[in-house]
Amino acid sequence: MIDNQIIATVLVHLFIAILQLGFWRKTVPQRVLSIGGSFISLIFAIKLFTKVFNGDILIMHAANWEAPFGIVFVADLLSSTLVLLTAIAALAVSIFSATGIGRQRILYGYFPIFHFLVMGLNGAFLTGDIFNLYVFFEVIIISSFVLMTLGGRKAQLEGAVKYMAMNILASTFFLTGIGLLYGISGSLNMADLALIVPKIENRAIVDITATFFLIGFGIKSAIFPLYFWLPSSYHTPPSAVAAIFGGLLTKVGIYALFRVFTLIFIPNEFIRDLLLVLSILTILTGAFGALIKTNVRRLFSYLIVCHIGFMIGGLGMYSKLAILGAVFYLIHDIMVKTNLFLIAGLIRQMRGSMDMKKLGGLYAEYPKISLLIAIVLFSLAGIPPLSGFWPKIYLLQGAFENAHYLYAGALILGSFITLFVIAKFWSEVFWKKSPDPDTIEDKFKDLIGIRKIALILPICILAASSLYIGLNAEIIIQVADRISSEMLNTTPYIQAVLGK
Amino acid sequence: MKSTILQTASRYLLPILLLFSFFLLLRGHYFPGGGFVGGLVASIAFVLHSFAHGTNETMKILRYKPLSLIPIGLGISAFSMFMPAIFGLPVMTGLWLEHPIPVIGMIGTALLFDIGIYLVVIGVVLTILFTISLSSD
Amino acid sequence: MELLLILLIGVLYATGIYLILRRSMVKLLLGIMLLGNGTNMLIFLLGNITKGKPPIISDGLKVFQDIYADPIPQALILTAIVISFGLTSFAIVLLKRVYALINTDDLDNLNTPEDEDI
Repeated sequence: MIDNQIIATVLVHLFIAILQLGFWRKTVPQRVLSIGGSFISLIFAIKLFTKVFNGDILIMHAANWEAPFGIVFVADLLSSTLVLLTAIAALAVSIFSATGIGRQRILYGYFPIFHFLVMGLNGAFLTGDIFNLYVFFEVIIISSFVLMTLGGRKAQLEGAVKYMAMNILASTFFLTGIGLLYGISGSLNMADLALIVPKIENRAIVDITATFFLIGFGIKSAIFPLYFWLPSSYHTPPSAVAAIFGGLLTKVGIYALFRVFTLIFIPNEFIRDLLLVLSILTILTGAFGALIKTNVRRLFSYLIVCHIGFMIGGLGMYSKLAILGAVFYLIHDIMVKTNLFLIAGLIRQMRGSMDMKKLGGLYAEYPKISLLIAIVLFSLAGIPPLSGFWPKIYLLQGAFENAHYLYAGALILGSFITLFVIAKFWSEVFWKKSPDPDTIEDKFKDLIGIRKIALILPICILAASSLYIGLNAEIIIQVADRISSEMLNTTPYIQAVLGK
Repeated sequence: MKSTILQTASRYLLPILLLFSFFLLLRGHYFPGGGFVGGLVASIAFVLHSFAHGTNETMKILRYKPLSLIPIGLGISAFSMFMPAIFGLPVMTGLWLEHPIPVIGMIGTALLFDIGIYLVVIGVVLTILFTISLSSD
Repeated sequence: MELLLILLIGVLYATGIYLILRRSMVKLLLGIMLLGNGTNMLIFLLGNITKGKPPIISDGLKVFQDIYADPIPQALILTAIVISFGLTSFAIVLLKRVYALINTDDLDNLNTPEDEDI
């Protein structure tokens, strides 16, 4: 099936960004365009998802060039699910940004860049060409550099230097990998590569190429020895930006790892063990890092690192159950991590600080909002029957099935530390009496009604999605089950793309 | 940098380089050239002018901010990319007029795309260079 | 020719990584640029160098009659060059701003304790 609808979400965000560039100095039209455009792209994403879920893999030959020669866009269930989740997260963040981002930053082009970023994310999820994936990655990182530095505070710029250096390095590794891959296979189409690469005789060079991809995507998705840039930069930009970074940017790396290591380089013993060891170390360092941080956003950054480990481990075990768990965790994680940073932004609006030592007494003052936040925190910690609980069951089952007891131990320890950290966060920020009630600057109370709604509504949307994922787990399991079978049996994907 | 030779030369070089950049843009589809190179040559024409006469003088010639070229160019390119979808073809498919037009040659979506790129490149390069040179003054 | 290019790529990668590992911001920038150039040369080399045979089908023919230079690596390199042009110009401006703020070239001084004014 050839269908232009596949890249509708990409085009919507592109046109929105161009229109906003036309309204360079006017903040109100930019806000309206952003929310409206995100909503339209959500509708397209839902249509795409239902079409793929009820039917077959959709493809589109860009410029009408046949598959292995031209660039092809593919919407299989993994891609369309991620596009849908991106659309939900982008809608939430664009509503939050309408109030959460200051006027000065909007004047410097926050919204167009934000939409270019989301366009890049959608494109990266949908493309079926490895070099096109690189190009969309570059669109993402250039936009994220701008969002990171917008505003130009000292801490922001310092974080941006680390972020920039590591991400450019990651792109260089990725590009080197592509160069080697093209040299040994002569193709760039991922489905075509899936047919060629297993037949290459010289396995050593294939392994080296795979390692280049692992390092490149590993830096982007912040796995163990390469994650240091994340906690030292994600706490600096505005919370809306941190939300889209924390929710989606690292997940693009995970998506790319899943795609490349299930389609092109089927992991051998060595790569599987490597992934498992890295995942265990990632979980442990992330969890221990989260234990000692008192700044709310630094704490969340370490939790991101910790939970990246869960998903990498699922890929490393490479069995049906484990990948099912990892995909489910990915779905859950995008919703929850985006929400966590939005919550951090809300707390910042309410208290003027993000240091847990200076926070307190939120439950007494805002009981309803606190209960809303509690749902999100429980989902994150994995209290049954909320969304974080189900994928861990599958991951654990997968670990026991394949006798990876170390990973199972790390998973349990990581979950416990997450629970502990969240409990500490809750009692410090919400239950504890405010340590210094006179110095609180509560901007939230003085906001007019619609602005308050703009801050609360996105958190509600994402919390509702998390609740849906948790309470309707059987539907999500069905989706994740189909995704994992598509990942382990790539023949339908290859047939759809190459038409054989 | 105030040099009479450079100032006089740049006054004549500006239109010649702009004409050359336009030539590169138009022949770009089948021969070496194209929107990107053409845009770079055009922006170099302005950069040379700004070296000789100072950035403020060049901005006076341009009248509009180079930044405003970016959305126009992007819009043209994105539209040419999207146009085949109106006719039910996959996006980015090349659409061409049947007969070539004298001087310009074949007209199609690829030329429209190149014009967009041309404008974006001028806009981006001049914005970057003007920002750097104005902030270091 | 190939051997020369291999040596050049090795030198570019080695100096690039060496410079990135230094503590100076300018050296970091130079390292990133050298690594990018090394990668471009690598893609160029891996596309198999064919001299003087452009991939253009002459008039009156439908298919290639002779061996021809692979155009894809050149397209890839062109794209990569444009991207790295954007990245490098951004990096230069960023490092310039950082230098203006902290007044030193040393990357170890980039750890101002948390200040919160987001």
